[in-house]
Amino acid sequence: MLTPDLWQPIRLTLELAGLTTVLLLIIGTPIAWWLARSTSLLKEVVATVVALPLVLPPTVLGFYLLIILGPDGLGGMFGGLVGVRTFAFTFEGLVFGSVLYSMPFVVQPIRNSFEAIGNRPLEVAATLRASPLNRFITVALPMAKPGFLTGAVLGFAHTVGEFGVILMIGGNIPGKTKVLSVAIYDFVETLQWQKAHILSAGMLVFAFLVILSVSLLARRSGQRTF
Amino acid sequence: MYFTRFAITAALLSSGALLGVSSVASAASVNVAVAANFTDAAKEIAAAFAETTKHEAVLSFGATGQFYTQITQAAPFEVFLAADDQRPTQAVKEGHGVENTVFTYAIGQLVLYSPNKNTVTGPETLKENSFNKIAIANPETAPYGVAAVQAMTALNVYDTLKPKIVQGQSIGQTYQFIQTGNAELGFVALGQVSQTSTGSRWVVPQDLYKPIRQDAVLLKTGSDNPAAIAFIEFLKGDTAAKIIQKYGYALDR
Repeated sequence: MLTPDLWQPIRLTLELAGLTTVLLLIIGTPIAWWLARSTSLLKEVVATVVALPLVLPPTVLGFYLLIILGPDGLGGMFGGLVGVRTFAFTFEGLVFGSVLYSMPFVVQPIRNSFEAIGNRPLEVAATLRASPLNRFITVALPMAKPGFLTGAVLGFAHTVGEFGVILMIGGNIPGKTKVLSVAIYDFVETLQWQKAHILSAGMLVFAFLVILSVSLLARRSGQRTF
Repeated sequence: MYFTRFAITAALLSSGALLGVSSVASAASVNVAVAANFTDAAKEIAAAFAETTKHEAVLSFGATGQFYTQITQAAPFEVFLAADDQRPTQAVKEGHGVENTVFTYAIGQLVLYSPNKNTVTGPETLKENSFNKIAIANPETAPYGVAAVQAMTALNVYDTLKPKIVQGQSIGQTYQFIQTGNAELGFVALGQVSQTSTGSRWVVPQDLYKPIRQDAVLLKTGSDNPAAIAFIEFLKGDTAAKIIQKYGYALDR
């Protein structure tokens, strides 16, 4: 039942979402930590920038990415170093776009978890002579576990659900940039509705499970996600 | 929640008001789905149409395949200007189009184009293969994409170029990929670049691909709309013919 034109986009989408989630956990954790702990006014500005993809139409992001990744933008500038003319139409370009696009979905739950810890456990750890890094690793990270789980699930799911940005910067290359949502779009356009049904029903089940698992996580940890 | 409901109500009210206005106006309007390659020509035709008939043509631009799918699901288009000669016929066959209203309004020409003035010299540009990305329209949904594949196949370069191909969802997006420089060159419709003299181009000889006959059809939704019928007639007339030719299309007469 699963022909190459079906499983190829599925595999690509899982790769894209997986890599994006890992990168976001690495990049997002220090940002979330700073947003949770800092009292600086600048933090509101940074929090706003991180949250922008929630509000912006994907076309805005897609438009800017196309220019930024392109030969006259940063993509061409850095790409030139490794012999790449543009990062549009590449898997790497999609990862870059997805990291920006899904960032609020990862940073926000982690930030909430860090905030929920409060000052006390960290202060107690400090009196036991734990260094700041030690406090972060042995106290803050384990206590914020629900936030990391929720962030990872949401970041992954949101990347899987990405469409507009990828449509604009992907170039629809099978195996490289033709992700699940674009494949569904193409199947619908070309009236191959059986294939569209298979992928869409799969997505429906996937989305249901994701939201359910996030709700269950939130219930267990007694924390709100958003 | 309260705000959302308010916003929806406001939107409904305002769209209702708009409908009211258009129904009391003396001249009618027609919703036309236009294949992306014909965008510029269609805009000029619509302007001439409005001047001559006082009717208004509201144009939507997109990929032919995309429009066809929407039309099968009762999209509010009344006239369909496709980029091929299959979907309008299919529309009639499947009961969405009015019988005996299909006609070829333009014959499209394929052009290999680059905004850089030295990139495209002729078929040898494809054989030399000294570029990173070449853009074509999605051959599954856009006829110019099919023609591009046919031309590359005829020149025996399709297999070598395949890894370098990027696809736009419509010929409009394909042109945009080229204009932004993300692809150095690509196959677009002559109609898209006929009004620009910059860049470099090679008009692909007609014997390298099946003629792109672009058909129009009156859809059933527009069969009672005088503006829709007038638009079809206007498209067949001399004023439209001049505009169509000006944009690099041939005529079927």
